[in-house]
Amino acid sequence: MNTPAEFTTLILGVLAILVVATVIAQVLKARMARDNDVIDNLVARINAWWGMVALLTLAMLGGQAGVVILFALLSFAGLREFLTLTAKRRADHWALVVSFFVILPVQYALIWADWYGMFSIFIPVYAFLLLPIVIAIHGDTDGYLTRVAETQWGLMICVFAASHVPALLSLEIPGYEGKNVLLVAFLVVVVQLSDVLQYVWGKLIGRRKIAPRLSPSKTWEGFVGGVLNASAIGAGLWWMTPFTPLEAAGLSLVITLMGFFGGLVMSAIKRDKGVKDWGHLIAGHGGFIDRLDSVVFSAPIFFHLIRYFWSVA
Amino acid sequence: MFKTILPTLVGAAIVLFARLVTAVRGVWQGVDPVPRQRIYFANHGSNGDFVLIWTVLPPALRTQTRPVAAADYWLGGKLKPFIGREVFNAVLIDRNPQTRRDDPVWQMVAALDDGASLILFPEGTRNTSDELLLPFKPGLFHVAQARPDVELVPTWIDNLTSVMPKGKVIPVPLLCSVTFGEPLAVIDGEDKAAFLKRAEAALATLAEEVAR
Repeated sequence: MNTPAEFTTLILGVLAILVVATVIAQVLKARMARDNDVIDNLVARINAWWGMVALLTLAMLGGQAGVVILFALLSFAGLREFLTLTAKRRADHWALVVSFFVILPVQYALIWADWYGMFSIFIPVYAFLLLPIVIAIHGDTDGYLTRVAETQWGLMICVFAASHVPALLSLEIPGYEGKNVLLVAFLVVVVQLSDVLQYVWGKLIGRRKIAPRLSPSKTWEGFVGGVLNASAIGAGLWWMTPFTPLEAAGLSLVITLMGFFGGLVMSAIKRDKGVKDWGHLIAGHGGFIDRLDSVVFSAPIFFHLIRYFWSVA
Repeated sequence: MFKTILPTLVGAAIVLFARLVTAVRGVWQGVDPVPRQRIYFANHGSNGDFVLIWTVLPPALRTQTRPVAAADYWLGGKLKPFIGREVFNAVLIDRNPQTRRDDPVWQMVAALDDGASLILFPEGTRNTSDELLLPFKPGLFHVAQARPDVELVPTWIDNLTSVMPKGKVIPVPLLCSVTFGEPLAVIDGEDKAAFLKRAEAALATLAEEVAR
């Protein structure tokens, strides 16, 4: 395993944060006279973070294979949650089978092959045109456009957008050879820290709700505090990136903003479909999409900004 | 040695597969998962229905819970009889009154008397209509009357028909849940039609609660 030295430093830092968070949560829990739902949820969230950090670390130690396989599995879990809630009828069976067992694996195979020209259009062009054909052949036109559109949307978010995280490994940045896995770590750490810090600031001083109908837990105080804090941390992580501190701050601001709006968009879909969480598999957090919405929205933008301004290929 | 381990291994593989495809979650809303003798009566839309119930049961209850299934389906071919008999230990009943030698009610009562719990699909066949439930067959009433101490637990299987509609072979991975409602029993003097109506209503109500 030839991971860059910076990776070890980063993981030690993340572990330190987790230890501190765990201690604080346990102290809060011990101080509470009775069971408190917020604290119980906090403990569950932190416990789940230990698992998620372990999984991500393991994947990144595995290099490109590890990251591609991990995100293919996350796409699978996310798409499963998304398509559970979308409009579908018996006639869509083949379209759904193709989405899971052809389109998803092919997209990640293209990522693995570093075939930029194909992986960046495969779902927006080929799947986009193929799926409505497969659905139309079965002749059931009830809610046809809704079914086609919702399925395509699920593929765009859960597979296409998500696959831009491992796609970072295919970028060729002069002077940064062999270190691309750090870009994955940078993206995930900054965006997820932004989510966590928005939660913390919101719980501490959050008063004014941003979008009460979309998400009761998102406040202006949490949003501003979390995004600024996470961007500052992102700037402080410049040493593991090909960016200057100022560039790292700017990119961090972009991805934390995209992350925030990703959470908002996915909340709007949940309200539309009448559910509170996307799933139940990550204790304290909900489903995979509940945890990944921000990363998924920021990954393609992060990828393309780096590709335009830093990469040679 | 291999013969005795094989059904356990196949059973574990089926449970793992069910979890990978559906991430199925058991919701014990009206009862707790405790070792009481029960008949779980559930909606039926897919061949995987009892596999899902079986999957969410704790292993200790799983080994004591037998699905009631159609002999004509499960005795066809080579693989199905093995899975039906050896893995799930199904109570196989003949749905055709003309050919059957054993009375299905008697078969179910005998299984209960052996200490087993049962999984029963009172609609009698897979529901491919647009109705929520098909009219219940009378078997549930007769068994409940013969063994009144057994808890009758309405069990709603959500979303499996989208995962594997009748006639499809490849499952679509979608989230499923199995919700266990409050148990009911036959009331003294209640006739067959009234009880079956009540059992249907209990399952339909549970379905509405799950949808909310």
